[in-house]
Amino acid sequence: MSVSKPLPHDAACLHVTGAARYIDDLATPADTLHLAFGLSTIARGRIEAMDLDPVRAADGVLEVLTSLDLPADNDVSAAAHDEPLLSDGTIHYMGQPVFLVVATSHMAARKAARLARIDYSEQTPILSIDDALAAGQAFEPPLEFVKGDPEAAIACAAHVIEGQIEIGGQEHFYLEGHVALALPQEGGDMLIHSSSQHPSEIQHKVAGALGQPFNSVRVEVRRMGGGFGGKESQGNALAVATAIVAQQTGKPVKMRYDRDDDMIITGKRHEFRIDYIAGFSDEGRITGVSFTQYCRGGWAQDLTLAIADRAMLHADNAYHLENARITSHRLRTNTVSNTAYRGFGGPQGLLGIERVIDHIAHELGKDPKQVRDVNYYRPMSDAAKETTPYHMEVTDCVINEMVATLAKTADYTERRRAVAKWNAENKILKRGIALTPVKFGISFTLTFLNQAGALVHIYSDGSVHLNHGGTEMGQGLFTKVAQVAASAFGLPLTAIKITATDTAKVPNTSATAASSGSDLNGMAVKAACDQLRNRLIRFLKGEYAVKSQDIRFEDGQVRISGHETLSFAEVASRAYQNRVSLSATGFYATPDVAWDRLKGSGRPFYYFAYGAAVSEVVIDTLTGENRILRTDILHDVGRSLNPALDLGQVEGGFVQGTGWLTTEELVWDDKGRLLTHAPSTYKIPACSDRPAEFNVHLWDKGLNQEKTIYRSKAVGEPPFMLGTSVFMAISDAISACGDGRSYPALDAPATPERILFAIKAQQGREGA
Amino acid sequence: MDIQFLLNGETVRIAKVPATRTLLAWLRESRALTGTKEGCNEGDCGACTVMVSAFEDGQIRHRALNACILFLPQLDGKAVRTVEGLSGPEGQMHPVQAAMVEHHGSQCGFCTPGIVMSLAVAHRNGAQNFNDILAGNLCRCTGYAPIIRAAEAASQAPDASWLDTDIDKLAALTSSAARPPAEAQIFAPRSSQDLAGWFLENSDATLIGGATDVGLWVTKRLSSLGKVCFLGQVADMQGISVDENRVRIGAATTMNEVQDAIGKFHPDLAELLRRYGSVQVRNAATLGGNIGNGSPIGDGPPALIALGATLHLRRGTARREIPLEDFFIAYGKQDIEPGEFIEAVSVPRQTDALRCYKISKRFDQDISALCGCFNIHVNDGVVTTARIAFGGMAATPKRAATVESRLVGNAWNAATIEAALSAFDVDFSPIDDMRASAAYRLETARNLLLRYFAEQSEGRASTRILEVTP
Ligand SMILES: Cc1cc2nc3c(=O)[nH]c(=O)nc-3n(C[C@H](O)[C@H](O)[C@H](O)COP(=O)(O)OP(=O)(O)OC[C@H]3O[C@@H](n4cnc5c(N)ncnc54)[C@H](O)[C@@H]3O)c2cc1C
Ligand code: FES
Repeated sequence: MSVSKPLPHDAACLHVTGAARYIDDLATPADTLHLAFGLSTIARGRIEAMDLDPVRAADGVLEVLTSLDLPADNDVSAAAHDEPLLSDGTIHYMGQPVFLVVATSHMAARKAARLARIDYSEQTPILSIDDALAAGQAFEPPLEFVKGDPEAAIACAAHVIEGQIEIGGQEHFYLEGHVALALPQEGGDMLIHSSSQHPSEIQHKVAGALGQPFNSVRVEVRRMGGGFGGKESQGNALAVATAIVAQQTGKPVKMRYDRDDDMIITGKRHEFRIDYIAGFSDEGRITGVSFTQYCRGGWAQDLTLAIADRAMLHADNAYHLENARITSHRLRTNTVSNTAYRGFGGPQGLLGIERVIDHIAHELGKDPKQVRDVNYYRPMSDAAKETTPYHMEVTDCVINEMVATLAKTADYTERRRAVAKWNAENKILKRGIALTPVKFGISFTLTFLNQAGALVHIYSDGSVHLNHGGTEMGQGLFTKVAQVAASAFGLPLTAIKITATDTAKVPNTSATAASSGSDLNGMAVKAACDQLRNRLIRFLKGEYAVKSQDIRFEDGQVRISGHETLSFAEVASRAYQNRVSLSATGFYATPDVAWDRLKGSGRPFYYFAYGAAVSEVVIDTLTGENRILRTDILHDVGRSLNPALDLGQVEGGFVQGTGWLTTEELVWDDKGRLLTHAPSTYKIPACSDRPAEFNVHLWDKGLNQEKTIYRSKAVGEPPFMLGTSVFMAISDAISACGDGRSYPALDAPATPERILFAIKAQQGREGA
Repeated sequence: MDIQFLLNGETVRIAKVPATRTLLAWLRESRALTGTKEGCNEGDCGACTVMVSAFEDGQIRHRALNACILFLPQLDGKAVRTVEGLSGPEGQMHPVQAAMVEHHGSQCGFCTPGIVMSLAVAHRNGAQNFNDILAGNLCRCTGYAPIIRAAEAASQAPDASWLDTDIDKLAALTSSAARPPAEAQIFAPRSSQDLAGWFLENSDATLIGGATDVGLWVTKRLSSLGKVCFLGQVADMQGISVDENRVRIGAATTMNEVQDAIGKFHPDLAELLRRYGSVQVRNAATLGGNIGNGSPIGDGPPALIALGATLHLRRGTARREIPLEDFFIAYGKQDIEPGEFIEAVSVPRQTDALRCYKISKRFDQDISALCGCFNIHVNDGVVTTARIAFGGMAATPKRAATVESRLVGNAWNAATIEAALSAFDVDFSPIDDMRASAAYRLETARNLLLRYFAEQSEGRASTRILEVTP
């Protein structure tokens, strides 16, 4: 059976030979037009006057559009209708698209876009979390989840700590920047190629902007060169811009952002600040905790509410909190509109409680692992059901056994001793080690999104055409889903033709997000394949007078007990000749999920995915430089659909998570200008930044308690948060620098600068 | 200027080549070779990596270069292989390609052609230091682990012999070395004499060494350059010569060659250059460019200033020599006349005491927040000479003159170091920027002196974070 085999990515051979086509690689007609946005150069204010003549006069420019030239809806927002394609006169952030240049080449459009003369009346921008709080700028009133009586619990706790952590944002840095291509069709219809995780939303926004019904717009996505959440909503502007110009000119139109533009214009991971107060026992058991999460949303709402919700939903991580209050502020600022990014707020929420645990351990002089151990949810085999702060029962907890296993294979206890010894012998370099867990909730918290569709054809030669609503951004979704189809028919993977995501084949799709791609689309495809298989079985039963169980699909053949063995092709051909329908749609809706976000109660998640990591780091106390020496990971993917692809998600997610917490620093100046808008200044992990020793394993006992596709678990986002182990190991190393009295309240990302100043603070207490 | 080069084994001739058309744009837009990707268009991501082969001193050399900041005229007389030109005559994959598939080295696939090309060049050159080889190839999906597994597996496989056909064909390529007519916009001289003569008459021209800086003026600043002069073929400005008094480095020598040659004399400078840009950047960037651009954050100048380097300038037939530190007058202002150019840099032979400390957010391929280079000689426990220079601490690369003066003549001990620390505030008032704050820069600069001292007294194991093993 194809499922559970470590097969290569379906496009691997195309990737390595350069034959895999991304949108900018598609051959386009010679008269294709190219676009670029002219961007605002202030962060907040009004446009008083705009002289675009120099832009119009530039080489290769055909036309320049402003918001007044748009045919219909001037909106590219994901939800709140608050994101104009082109500024309507108000400027909300520096880099906001103000006008649109139409030119004969990409370069001509870019050059011309810089020639506008715009007069602004400037207002003081609201940039920071504090600015937004002071100005009362929020997308909705603060939201709160309460369980038990946290204040009372804290008041009578044996120990209490208080603190705060600042958490930086993150640029997606998908290697392929945003791009869209619009090809006008007859009768005003439009075909869009978009590098998007959400083709249906692209379809809806384009239709809205053209003033057409959805059925006049078709969106196709074969693959993205990375997405990570950054292409969930941020591609709308390019698709809409190309469609409008294509409609107006009747010509093909392409738009891609130059890397700097991409980083300046598009949203990123939300910055957070988390304040905490926790009460706990002598053992370190948390008796009451209160978190206040401040979330910087940027200028437009985008997906901020759901992201802030998910941060709240992960404020417990893997720990049972009997008394908890989680308050969330969703703040509006004059910065890029922050958006989905792998983990969707979860990583920030999780970092809050991991910080609390680390702080408690320091306060009690304990190994943080011991404090973690006494706070985990109980294993699922324990009868006692424990609930999350949002009152969902945790019935599938496996973290206890995973952590115990990992601690053993990673030799945690012995190495912790060795680190202490090494630190005693080394003055300038210090090591640190930490073990951190991950528990991540799987499902869209907007419950209705938990649905998917598929379309499967068997052609009369037995070859299979597969389509579904999910998009391929490198995660291997297409491969996994094709494995599901191949298994249903007993065919090799090569017999399944994987086709581009297409709104004309499967409609009304959800974004490929929330790690749900395989769960949802795998099930939908299976549903379609099962129907087709049942039709073939029914047909063969009639032909051979056998029972269903006498017919087996395997090895590309159909074996009929007591009768001949037919090739799958022969069965398809005969079924066709006997007028059996060989095309089916499949549909899946996740069962049992229901969630009231305002009450903070219900079952937002179908299940949880678990993982744990041990990282050891070394820091330089003179410079704050730091390195990961070794990481060991044990991750639960249930029963893996494809262990090779799953391992890739775990390794890659971890490294991306470490980047977020170490080298990746977004810097804005006090005018609201992003200073780190290129890879020269924004540093994602390079090859040598991965752990020098890197041992990654999928948990061999993994099994989803819920009836997911082949009992697998989602894997896209959860491993990202394993990167927390590195941050906590750095914190551990810093605490070895002084007399151990003060807690190194490290903010993220832990750049050399932050580390150095945290060390200084430690040392400043020495001898005091 | 008309140029000729091999593209995936076929001879390509371009008449009147546009001076600043990049190889990447040309491949993708004019040749429909879209395997080579644009990820950043500024030399940082490596998605556009190609293999460029050429004869140098009679020897064939294969280099990985970033096509996004490589101008077509720089390819004259060379052989280019893109990812489309790697597979064998029967369509078989290159061993690196096959290993990348087998070891799941691609996810989204967008960085993959560049990774494949970097590894294919390394494979051809027999190089296996994969962290360095891939320092200039960013991958956002895999976390690099499977790519390294693929690279290690492929390094066992025999070379892709079919690529050797380029070597014979290269020898047959001719390119015109003639001095261009007066109205020409492009010149690619073969000797410093030709360069000197032409540049005197065309002093408004932009000199282009490796274009790792100038490339970005075109792709990011969107400038049009007017007249340009490529230094890549100026034979007598390439390479390194050594006599008993000095090491002389031609201004058009690439940083990778400098790295290879200087290690014998000053290993820590070689280590600094290992972290300078990436393989692709160092294969293009020249020492002359690294100095000529006048940048306050270049890594070459502080190290060379600490070594007491001399800059050799030439204008027409007039030559002059100045201490390198005097070249940098103020931000954007250097001691160089119109029509004058850097011909070479020379470093006096000396006992090695140089230590170079590059501090950046990321170890590999990052611009220094600060770069401190220390060259302190001690005799009988007393400091005899001290040359300390920093990048990233002022508007130019700058010596720590006061710090030096507090060291020289004093005992080499903790008390002297302690007394020198406060002089950093006298020598430097750095700025805040996206790489670091002024406070961090100053604090760290002081600490680097402590590091130098610790390294001399306790050994480098006590200080070198990159040498700690798991
Ligand atoms: C991705 C990337 C990473 C980088 N990393 C680093 C790094 O780690 N450390 C670092 O120091 N720099 C780094 N740089 C900057 C750059 O590589 C250097 O400044 C480089 O040395 C420039 O050399 P070049 O030959 O490419 O110069 P060019 O771009 O060709 O020229 C730069 C300037 O120097 C002038 N010039 C060139 N040759 C001469 C000459 N002989 N005489 C007079 N003027 C001349 C040119 O006219 C131009 O003004 C990086 C650049 C990139 C793109
Ligand atoms: S496109 Fe990124 S290095 Fe050339």
